[in-house]
Amino acid sequence: MSDDPFLASKGPRRGQILFALAFAGFAIFILSNLGNQTTWAPRTKLFAQPGFWPGVAGAGMVLFGLLHLRGLRRGKGLRGPWISREDRAEARIWLQPLEYTAWFMVYVFAVPRIGHLPATMIFAPALTWRLGYRSPRILWASVAFGVAVVLIFKGVLGVKIPGGAIYDYLPDGIRAFALRYL
Amino acid sequence: MDLIFAGLEVLYRWDVALALLVGSIGGVMIGAVPGVGPAVAIAILLPATFSMDPIVGLTLLLGIYGSSMYGGAIPAILINTPGTAVNALTTYDGYPMTLRGEGRKAISIAYTASFVGAIISIICLISLAPVLAKVAPMFGAREIFLAALLGLVLVVVSHRGQAAIAAALACLGIFIGTIGLEPVKYTKRYTFDQSWLASGVDLIVVVLGLYAISQAFTLMQGDDVKTKRVPLGGGMFQGLREVARHPRVTGVSSGFGVMMGIIPGVGEFTSQFLAYTYAQKTSKRPDDFGQGSVEGLIASESANNSVPAAAMVPLLALGIPGEELTAMMLAVFYVHNVVPGPGLFQNQMDFVMAIYLALLFLNILVMVFLLFSTNALMLVARLPNRFLGVGILTLSFVGIYSLRNSATDCLMAAVFGLFGFILKRLSLPIVPIIMGIVLGGIMEAKLRIAMARVKTPFDFIDRPIAMALFLFIILIIAFQIRGAVIQARRRKEAQWSTRPASTRFGMLLSRRKDFLLTERGKRLRAERSMLSRPSTDKD
Repeated sequence: MSDDPFLASKGPRRGQILFALAFAGFAIFILSNLGNQTTWAPRTKLFAQPGFWPGVAGAGMVLFGLLHLRGLRRGKGLRGPWISREDRAEARIWLQPLEYTAWFMVYVFAVPRIGHLPATMIFAPALTWRLGYRSPRILWASVAFGVAVVLIFKGVLGVKIPGGAIYDYLPDGIRAFALRYL
Repeated sequence: MDLIFAGLEVLYRWDVALALLVGSIGGVMIGAVPGVGPAVAIAILLPATFSMDPIVGLTLLLGIYGSSMYGGAIPAILINTPGTAVNALTTYDGYPMTLRGEGRKAISIAYTASFVGAIISIICLISLAPVLAKVAPMFGAREIFLAALLGLVLVVVSHRGQAAIAAALACLGIFIGTIGLEPVKYTKRYTFDQSWLASGVDLIVVVLGLYAISQAFTLMQGDDVKTKRVPLGGGMFQGLREVARHPRVTGVSSGFGVMMGIIPGVGEFTSQFLAYTYAQKTSKRPDDFGQGSVEGLIASESANNSVPAAAMVPLLALGIPGEELTAMMLAVFYVHNVVPGPGLFQNQMDFVMAIYLALLFLNILVMVFLLFSTNALMLVARLPNRFLGVGILTLSFVGIYSLRNSATDCLMAAVFGLFGFILKRLSLPIVPIIMGIVLGGIMEAKLRIAMARVKTPFDFIDRPIAMALFLFIILIIAFQIRGAVIQARRRKEAQWSTRPASTRFGMLLSRRKDFLLTERGKRLRAERSMLSRPSTDKD
């Protein structure tokens, strides 16, 4: 065997410290807000207190988050700067999907306004185009995929996605159909 | 026997049969697409089953759960890309077989080994059902709490080399599960006075964010992978003969799968590890492992496919999921008003048997389907990555938005998607978060009930099952700590044996100063010893 399939991959080094620092910071923030964000119930045992489990979770996050951070620093031999150039480059990659998040949220806000079918028929090919596909075959495939998703989920399986506000302007006969199936 | 007939009666409906067919074939197709996976598919389809009869909805999702690993073997063997995470080991022996022109034979072996593993597992479960029905009621609140804790501890320690961050992420999962209104006192927890946080964070939103949306981001951010087309040699029925030639490896690997599946938090990876190691150590040709060994392929596939049925044991008997897929299945059960746990075994044994039989039938359906449709499934496996990302994002919207028609849920899922993307980039585990959410909720409820009846701490473990679980947890933690201490000692030894002297100017000066001080000390001591030389004169 060329290499051992069971040796757990610890992952790349770049970005690990940055993540561990952010996680530890978040954990400390959560634990420090325990008093503000939970209520102490009088005449109630500690285990039944509303804040008991968030407290356990917060303390665990802090303890294990700091242990992980310490492990990473020891792995580096406690030398070198905390955040390297590679870490900063990795952080920039983490921000790249924000663009797709924006695409997704525009789609989310478009559905109740222009309807599930029109929104999906625009969203799927537009994002496909944005990702660099130019072949008419794949663009038409994305349109077909969008139509299939709406017809199967909303039309056949009847999932609860409201009809678009724009459907109110449709003629009476078509409006009910569009609200229910498209 | 009566139980089996009662189970068959529950399943004897055209809509259940259709759900089983659609679920099992859909599961294979989903498994065959690298990057989708059954957890994503179940999460997307779950809201679509809300309006269905419980047994129909459950059978549909059970079909996906039980059949996806079959499909996952196809790209693992033919294009060296596992369809689902648990098929990763299949690439080790499957792909080399494809490269030497035995692709069809490798696929056939994988199907047959998977089928045999699943059937052995289901037969074990059906035989064990009466025993489980007797044992399950012995689990009270404290035993279920300890079993859930054991599951969480096992999930953490199974991430070798990443136990600290796995534990931290499990705690994050527990924390996420506590956000919103507390169910007993109805007080707000960590809502920061935001009304949209009062109803908490839905498990489906987290799963779709961490698995589906993060996967969509990963696929869209990367490049399309070009796969080589290799001619497929061998016959589709050769696998039957090969598996029949290795009954020991198949049987033992399936046994490992059943055992590891039953223990919460262990699952496919450990069963594969044990099965593969066993097969290699007992093989007459251990050097072939990793280079297209038939025994290796049989071990990995029969071990992983015997887990799903076995993992239903803690889920159905105790209501404790063992890994993320059973955690998803727990959500599926709750949505359909079926509450897994001792009560289910006591009062609805026919329903439990129906689930086991559904698993049995879906394996037969899948096997027949696969023997004749592998070539068509290869087209699904070759979908361009980034286009697949668009598809997953579109489907994720359906899954999230149809829950409560909430744009906030979609935003939360997108945030979890970003978080999942970062975790995937860093190769950090996602499973502990899901397990933390599910098991944390169970632990909170059960601890509250258990502590109400406990006067001293020892009362908590004064029953045999509770004591056994407690000792098991202590033992695992002790082993983990011992392992960490040994590892730290070895690392330190390695560091000291290879550490070169520092070349920094400050360190050079420091060493020079130490040297001069030592020399000066020696000289002064020598001078003083000369001045106060003890007298040798005798009185």
